[in-house]
Amino acid sequence: MAENQRILVCAGTGCASSGALPIIDILNDEIKRQGLEETVTVVGTGCQGFCEKGPTLVIEPQQILYTRVTGEDVAEIVSQELVKGERVERLLLVDQATQKPVSSMADIRFFSKQHRIVLHNCGVIDPKKIEDYTARDGYKGIEKALKGMSPEEVMEEVKKSGLRGRGGAGFPTGVKWGFCRSTPSDKKYIICNADEGDPGAFMDRSVLEGDPHSVIEGMLIGAYAIGADEGYVYCRAEYPLAIKNLGIAIKQAKEAGYLGDNILGSGFNFHLKIFEGAGAFVCGEETALMASIEGKRGMPRVRPPFPAVSGLWGKPTNINNVETWSNIPHILRNGADWYSQFGTEKSKGTKIFALTGKVNNTGLVEVPMGTTLREIIFDIGDGIQGGKKFKAVQIGGPSGGCLPEDMLDLAVDYDTLTQAGAMVGSGGLVIMDETTCMVDIARYFLNFSKKESCGKCTPCREGTTRMYEILDRITKGEGKEEDLDTLENLAITIKETSLCGLGQFAPSPILATLKYFRHEYLAHIHDHKCPAHNCTALLSYSIDTEKCKMCSLCAKNCPTNCISGDKKTNTPYVIDVENCIKCGTCMDKCKFGAVSRA
Amino acid sequence: MEWLTLTIDGREVSVPKGTTVLDACRMNNIPIPTLCHAPELTSAGACRLCVVQIEGMRNLPPSCVTQVAQGMKVETQNPKVRNARKTILELLVANHPLDCMTCQKMGDCSLAEYAYDYGVTGTVYQGEKRCLPIDDGNPFILRDPNKCILCGKCIKACTEIQGKSILDFSFRGFDTQVGPAFNLPYNESDCDFCGSCVSVCPVGALTEKQMAGKGRPWEVSKVQTTCPFCGVGCNFDLNVKDGKVIGVTSNPEVPVNGKALCVKGRFGMDMIYSDNRITTPLIRKNGELVPAEWDEALDLVATKLGEIKKTYGPNSIAALSSAHCTNEENYLMQKFMRAVIGTNNVDHCART
Ligand SMILES: Cc1cc2nc3c(=O)[nH]c(=O)nc-3n(C[C@H](O)[C@H](O)[C@H](O)COP(=O)(O)O)c2cc1C
Ligand code: SF4
Ligand code: SF4
Ligand code: SF4
Ligand code: SF4
Ligand code: SF4
Ligand code: SF4
Ligand code: FES
Ligand code: FES
Repeated sequence: MAENQRILVCAGTGCASSGALPIIDILNDEIKRQGLEETVTVVGTGCQGFCEKGPTLVIEPQQILYTRVTGEDVAEIVSQELVKGERVERLLLVDQATQKPVSSMADIRFFSKQHRIVLHNCGVIDPKKIEDYTARDGYKGIEKALKGMSPEEVMEEVKKSGLRGRGGAGFPTGVKWGFCRSTPSDKKYIICNADEGDPGAFMDRSVLEGDPHSVIEGMLIGAYAIGADEGYVYCRAEYPLAIKNLGIAIKQAKEAGYLGDNILGSGFNFHLKIFEGAGAFVCGEETALMASIEGKRGMPRVRPPFPAVSGLWGKPTNINNVETWSNIPHILRNGADWYSQFGTEKSKGTKIFALTGKVNNTGLVEVPMGTTLREIIFDIGDGIQGGKKFKAVQIGGPSGGCLPEDMLDLAVDYDTLTQAGAMVGSGGLVIMDETTCMVDIARYFLNFSKKESCGKCTPCREGTTRMYEILDRITKGEGKEEDLDTLENLAITIKETSLCGLGQFAPSPILATLKYFRHEYLAHIHDHKCPAHNCTALLSYSIDTEKCKMCSLCAKNCPTNCISGDKKTNTPYVIDVENCIKCGTCMDKCKFGAVSRA
Repeated sequence: MEWLTLTIDGREVSVPKGTTVLDACRMNNIPIPTLCHAPELTSAGACRLCVVQIEGMRNLPPSCVTQVAQGMKVETQNPKVRNARKTILELLVANHPLDCMTCQKMGDCSLAEYAYDYGVTGTVYQGEKRCLPIDDGNPFILRDPNKCILCGKCIKACTEIQGKSILDFSFRGFDTQVGPAFNLPYNESDCDFCGSCVSVCPVGALTEKQMAGKGRPWEVSKVQTTCPFCGVGCNFDLNVKDGKVIGVTSNPEVPVNGKALCVKGRFGMDMIYSDNRITTPLIRKNGELVPAEWDEALDLVATKLGEIKKTYGPNSIAALSSAHCTNEENYLMQKFMRAVIGTNNVDHCART
């Protein structure tokens, strides 16, 4: 048994919702009961990245990962792992390639292939304790800046690092700071964009929950470089834990003299506030976000003037994403040269992705820019669930595109993905297998965009609804020959004439699927078939009388009683297609494979 | 003044620095369709109908909010630009009741005009259409939200001209509407009924209720005049059909007030034909008001005022004058009271 062990129990939103919080108390009680309280400490951390396998916990220093832990498992973990130093096998992760349990994080490809800069503290420290942050070099970056660097030097360092904005567009961060810095004004603001509205994305939430001080420190450094003395974190109200942990962190940073007036005796002042957004996707767009802080309707406005010239309350304002800010302390502490060794020529550093969909390992993963899609999906993600065939990966959420199998070796960086018709975006990665219909996926994202359109400009307000309607008709088998031309013309017009990024990128899922999966559209329109057998309206079920043993199981389970037949009178079992709702129950129930779907 | 040179559709033109591409085109008689732009309001750049192609710029920028730069190369009519505009118009028309035959705006409607110019069919996009209740609850403004193209000009007019901020957008995306807060009808809001919103609406979503059915724009002649209601002296156009005034529209060219008017000037001209209107002096005889000649009436007033002044003194007389009068008339009124009657008892209806 090792001395001085730490048990890192994930207390992030994902694990909290799968029951992690009581585990911390049960663990503490059990450790006391078994007399280990001198050598073992329990730490509630932020997201460890493996939410789908949660609640997760890690034993340090051995770095052993336990997954799907429940209260009942605690006693066994303590007596087996902590006392005897032996694994509780059933709670270990099973590697899908070898089908063997793996215990050490170094052997788990989900972790070993990642490179964590932004997530360096996430899942490792207690986010509610500033001393946990400072113990891992926290606030060393701002100290270095305030004690020995001029604001220009700080800005140059960030420029040199090659960091680009992680909020979607990938604009060089240091250059952006320079715009705001060079606008003369008696008052400047900086903002942290934590609106994170892309469906499925949760990297910003995890950083704020698990390492809030890194964002505060990043903003401090930025404020110093730009010459701002006031900042806002615009966080969506649906992130209560992030708001809570950030609130605690702001309070502690104030008490420790990192926030407020005359920070660390340098004469530099910075005040930070949290603003809760009410949950509109479009409020993530910078001008809408600032309107929302000002108490106005969250609607984007035409730029120029850019925020760096006229932003919040008409003052020069610099806005960056959570992950962008969180990179800054690392750049200051370790230097631009250290930072720029990661990534590709034009995209430096790492990027966090929210890996979801039909892969074995889902969760938050941070990889160096330039990692290939294949490495993310097949190494970190451990391949496709149920041994099914990979079909596509959707990158960048509702603004991104789907890429097919032959693009798996593309390096993930800003320019490569944009060229391929997708985008890094906020970092959503949804993996799809052969059962996913690409027309339906485009329809899904358009349904999102049309609901979130703010309604200000004509192409997006009216056009997203029309694109959705056309896609909806195609998935119902009502598509017409000319629909693809109409759709393509509409998509291009909306892209080129919309006011903000929402409208400009809303057509991307359509344009990408039309480019790479046109045959699926054509199958729906011409053959009235959905190749993925996904679109209900295009399915038909039938019973093969040759194979049917007349067991009546299908008929008994059919929810609409539309299967008739009788063994006694030798009447074959048939489906009344008029009343069939295509639920698939009969096919699942038949033990003889007599029901087929086409 | 610094001048910039740019090329529009192959033509080299020079404009002052700070000019928008739209204004540069208009100064040179190059037509650009606009729906959300109005010279007297700040630009929203929202309808996107004014898009053009500019060399080196991403996408198709809206000309109304893009400033001219030296050496810019602008194309306003190429197939790509025209196609984008046509597509935007098709989108608007797909969600619009095609009631042009009975619409009060027909003949003066920007949407109808551009739809015609661009050969819009209205059949490209079939799907959901709005079906919202018409706001008919007040005597002045008829609001048909189904015809609203959400250009946002009424919102800006109410805020920037009238200073009331009654209107704003509500709901989102396809469900977006424009109107008073909480979706109230106009008459339950704090609206002044100045009609500035009506004056900027490019379509038939906001129309003058009194004029409904009384005359088409092409049948009407416009006569510029000065408002008789108060001393501000606003100018506007009387809309005259067959020798009869059917209503008032504001005229952006007039120097005093531009498009701004108040409820009286814009919606009060029906008083011309009111049965209650007094057209001759009236003298009460045997308890009944009887029409009289001006000389008779003035003589009577002069005699009575003289008698009262003699019997009870000048301070027993007071005069209240009206905001209907001009400054000069009001001046004369107080002069008459002070110099002729000899009292300072002068007051005015707008004094509070
Ligand atoms: C519709 C829309 C939604 C957006 N949502 C977000 C968001 O949730 N978080 C974010 O950081 N940026 C979002 N952005 C991008 C921001 O406008 C802005 O570019 C970004 O915050 C800049 O930060 P960065 O330079 O660090 O990337 C959104 C943009 C658009 C058009
Ligand atoms: S593109 Fe969409 S979200 Fe953006 S301003 Fe236009 S309507 Fe609003
Ligand atoms: S698919 Fe469902 S509804 Fe149709 S026949 Fe089978 S069980 Fe009945
Ligand atoms: S508003 Fe214009 S397009 Fe609409 S019905 Fe009236 S005239 Fe026709
Ligand atoms: S009538 Fe005047 S006050 Fe009323 S909504 Fe229109 S602009 Fe505003
Ligand atoms: S009512 Fe008229 S002015 Fe107001 S938004 Fe609608 S179309 Fe524009
Ligand atoms: S009554 Fe109204 S419209 Fe007429 S002059 Fe006075 S302010 Fe202008
Ligand atoms: S919340 Fe626990 S691993 Fe993400
Ligand atoms: S007129 Fe330019 S965007 Fe409407």
